[in-house]
Amino acid sequence: MSISATDFNFVRDLALTKAAIVLEPGKEYLVESRLTPIARQIGVQDASALVQRLRRGGEAQLQAQVVDALTTNETSWFRDRHPFDALGKFMIPELVEARRATRTISIWSAACSSGQEPYSIAMTLLDVPALAGWNIRITATDLSAEMLARAREGHFSQLEINRGLPATHLVRHFERAGTGWRVNEQLRRMVTFEPHNLLNAPPLGGPFDIVFIRNVLIYFSPATKSEVLAKVRRALRPDGFVVLGGAETSLGIDDQLVRTEIARSSVYRLKR
Amino acid sequence: MHALVVDDSRAMRSILTRILGEAGFDTVSQAGDGQEALDLLAASSGLPDIALVDWNMPVMDGLTFVSECRSNPEYRRMTLMMVTTESEQGQIVRALAAGAHEYVIKPFTADAIVDKLEILGITATQV
Repeated sequence: MSISATDFNFVRDLALTKAAIVLEPGKEYLVESRLTPIARQIGVQDASALVQRLRRGGEAQLQAQVVDALTTNETSWFRDRHPFDALGKFMIPELVEARRATRTISIWSAACSSGQEPYSIAMTLLDVPALAGWNIRITATDLSAEMLARAREGHFSQLEINRGLPATHLVRHFERAGTGWRVNEQLRRMVTFEPHNLLNAPPLGGPFDIVFIRNVLIYFSPATKSEVLAKVRRALRPDGFVVLGGAETSLGIDDQLVRTEIARSSVYRLKR
Repeated sequence: MHALVVDDSRAMRSILTRILGEAGFDTVSQAGDGQEALDLLAASSGLPDIALVDWNMPVMDGLTFVSECRSNPEYRRMTLMMVTTESEQGQIVRALAAGAHEYVIKPFTADAIVDKLEILGITATQV
């Protein structure tokens, strides 16, 4: 049974106030799928019973666990790994050939949240020796001004740092800052953060050679997905790449974007 | 898949053992310090796929254990991951230089350990 509108609204407010995560109406299944395992774990019947317990209040730890489940994976470094392998081993080598004349590569990280994705992109590019001396522009955008401020600041807690960041990258690209870590100047200079709504015209910095827009379409209706992908396409260079989330597809949403199997990730290119 | 947890805290050993068990490891051995871990390795026939090693321990600390493992060709195939409260950049560099493959700073979540296992290409069968 699906959770009630009242329960969904409660969880939506919780996600918004605690994590600045916007859960659009229609995402009941997402809330349910993330909450059900926790419900089982604490021994209540289902997601609704879990929400009832949260409503009674006084369970800070349970609340934190729920927020974490709703936002989990949205904060790891090199999230899903394969897209970054595809970036370093396939997309960039091809662009190094294709952009020899301009020696410029522009990348858009859309819905970048607290910044792990654009910084992971930057770290991946720094590992490609052929790009030494190139003009690299990474434009990272998000709807939430609060998230952008955090991302721009580049300060991450120890718990955030532990999530998927290889130790070699930590010592190379971060500096200790209080109880957490901050990205170093070299990495920070590679990324420009801009507020942006995916339903508006693309951000400055385009046209882009690569657009990362992962795990955000899942929050939209089919019509909105089409609209967003059409805008992404228009911001893309003809030989560019679009990277979607592992569970996302353009199939049935945008027939101008065609999947190309690279390093087990969802990479799309314009239909020729 | 076989893991070895080296930590002087019994509570930490049992937390890590549970996480590794849930990640699909069949066997998780435990040792309370570096020397005990070396003795365990010497006495057993098979080599663990990975050792999770605390830094500060009595008798033999984790950094020494890592160096000892790296100087023994028989232990070359064993992946070494520090799991410690030591969190200074210089210490992470020292551990990596001594031969640790990865480094997790306490406190950590179960996901953090699983992420690192993925980075290291150690994926046990999910239960």
